[in-house]
Amino acid sequence: MLLRHTPKEIKERSALSINPAKTCQPIGAMYAALGIHGCLPHSHGSQGCCAYHRSALTRHYKEPVSAATSSFTEGASVFGGGANLVSAIENIFTVYEPDVIAVHTTCLSETIGDDLPQMTDKAKKSGKVPEGKHVIYANTPSYVGSHVTGFSNMVKGMAKGFAVNTGRKNGRVNIIPGWVEPSDMEEVRRMATLMGLDIILFPDTSGVLNGALTGEYKMFPDGGTPVADLVASGDAIGTLALGEWCSADAARWLDTQCKVPCTVLDMPFGLKSTDRFIDTLRKVAGVSVPDTIAFERGQLVDLISDMHQYFHGKKVALVGDPDQVIALTEFLASIDMKPVHIVTGTPGNKFEKRIEEITAEAGYKANVKAGGDMFLLHQWIKNEPVDLIIGNTYCKYIARDEDIPFLRFGFPILDRVGHQYFPIVGYKGGLHMLTRILDLLLTRTDRDETEEKFELVY
Amino acid sequence: MRKIAIYGKGGIGKSTTTQNTVAGLAEMNKKIMVVGCDPKADSTRLLLGGLAQKSVLDTLRDEGEDVELADIRKAGFNGTWCVESGGPEPGVGCAGRGIITSINMLESLGAYHESEALDYAFYDVLGDVVCGGFAMPIRDGKAEEIYIVCSGEMMAMYAANNICKGIMKYAESGGVRLGGLICNSRNVDNEREMIEELAKKIGTQMIYFVPRDNDVQRAEINRMTVIEWNAKAPQADHYRNLAKAIDQNTNFVVPKPLEIEELEQLLMDFGLLEAV
Repeated sequence: MLLRHTPKEIKERSALSINPAKTCQPIGAMYAALGIHGCLPHSHGSQGCCAYHRSALTRHYKEPVSAATSSFTEGASVFGGGANLVSAIENIFTVYEPDVIAVHTTCLSETIGDDLPQMTDKAKKSGKVPEGKHVIYANTPSYVGSHVTGFSNMVKGMAKGFAVNTGRKNGRVNIIPGWVEPSDMEEVRRMATLMGLDIILFPDTSGVLNGALTGEYKMFPDGGTPVADLVASGDAIGTLALGEWCSADAARWLDTQCKVPCTVLDMPFGLKSTDRFIDTLRKVAGVSVPDTIAFERGQLVDLISDMHQYFHGKKVALVGDPDQVIALTEFLASIDMKPVHIVTGTPGNKFEKRIEEITAEAGYKANVKAGGDMFLLHQWIKNEPVDLIIGNTYCKYIARDEDIPFLRFGFPILDRVGHQYFPIVGYKGGLHMLTRILDLLLTRTDRDETEEKFELVY
Repeated sequence: MRKIAIYGKGGIGKSTTTQNTVAGLAEMNKKIMVVGCDPKADSTRLLLGGLAQKSVLDTLRDEGEDVELADIRKAGFNGTWCVESGGPEPGVGCAGRGIITSINMLESLGAYHESEALDYAFYDVLGDVVCGGFAMPIRDGKAEEIYIVCSGEMMAMYAANNICKGIMKYAESGGVRLGGLICNSRNVDNEREMIEELAKKIGTQMIYFVPRDNDVQRAEINRMTVIEWNAKAPQADHYRNLAKAIDQNTNFVVPKPLEIEELEQLLMDFGLLEAV
């Protein structure tokens, strides 16, 4: 009972977070930056920040993650980190030769007020950025928002740093997939390609953080969005942003600055939101939905109707990042499961309103908290037990103490693999998700049922 | 919209000069927003008729992040918008970060949006440019024109010169320019000539010489700008003239700060003239 001190009684807390459900902005910025081909993320701060962010990503993906740091010392904190950044840019381009350096700040460099536009400009003007190479940046103070905010800021930084509106549309469509796994980004691309669209997907970590073991180490793997595509995003005919928290800022920037009209959708998890995604693609491309996709949808509908009685009424505790949790809540509610306790660590009241709308439509009221923590989730579970917990690896403590089936979902997953390889977006992803949920629920039934009720066939 | 930041040595009269000038511009039917960047939050007292404004950071602390523009912006004299960034109590926290937070928040809330139809945004910034946070108004194209309030006193001139170093740094990469020195007279010997010479050496102009007049203090006691307190006072006309000079100013430069020896020589030359 590792969490035996968690009391059932819930008391109002104003200034204390216990087992937070979020992490630093720069982790998100670093993950996003890895989705650019040939990009080295750079952490403008002291070394510890960079080391932690790299190792968090490595633990989640089981892949090496390269990133550089401005290596702040006491001196840099007092005098500003400008000199460190300029020499870092020079060294990185000389030694590692990336195409792009994506700089993000840290709490320290934000607090002392380091000005990235001025510093990167200085590096460019003093000839530290070779011809054809690029430096982009994003401000990522961790005391604002969460890792999701950092991801969003860096994606916006990509648009700001690269997109050019030449005045001639190129007929392509931007898709900003949001913070999903490399496998999901691949699946988004597959669906769009099946629809006959020529897309610019950014960021795109497939082929970067789910690579093959070849015996040869490549600091910059083959995957990632090419710089030319990022530049061309300013001439696209439209942008589809998946997720209000992760992707909307960049899409709106492209809309106002490059006149690329944007549509913000939920992440395509499950039937309804994938339908909306496909329908939007259909309208943008002006095509009818190909049979392959209609067939995949039919398979998902088939699984839902075949196994509906095992999903029906099952209570779920759900924790994760806002865009993912909103889409998943809608998915689960649509198959008559009941997400009753819902927490995200990222602040923002819009989250609670949106979840309340979804659960109201499904005819019940859930406990929901934005800017909440896992301690609160655990207390809610003690007060109203659930059949399934869905969340990141840190939920395993609650699952073990309360003896509840647990599905790993979100970031980080430190103790299992699969998220890199098998998508949860789209109809295929929906099948994958439901298969795993069903396995957990039925395995529990097999364990707990009395001998006379032990079933061979479900 | 013209975006103007006022800098100068502590106690030199930045807030007083800013607010009186803004009152002059407001009389000319300009739409203005004043953003006080001082933890003391007293940059809009004369326009609002007292310390009547809840600062951005206090609002943020009390109400969480769901702040609306109406919570942090109040209408003062002649429809000028007044905002105080506020900050920590003396001796704790980081005031510079407070300014960064406030200005970012104003931007995200759309305070500078075209629909606000602002003619001017004024930033009244505390003292010297002591750290990155206090440079916020001149970073990233936030303020484009700087005016430095100074007097003929050594320390005020020294501070003005130092501020020019900060401006120079950001002018290299951004669009920020020095618009001139405002001499807020302390009745120092040869003050006008000395500041004119200092301005010339830095590469700018003395945009106006505001004479010393106790009406300013009288208006302050009444929590008003001179223009509001006694529109006919001669000092009110001086502020109107300063407002006009700023409104018509076209002289924007990247300053060339002086070496300390040069500055001291300037003081010797002008300060000792009287004695001879």
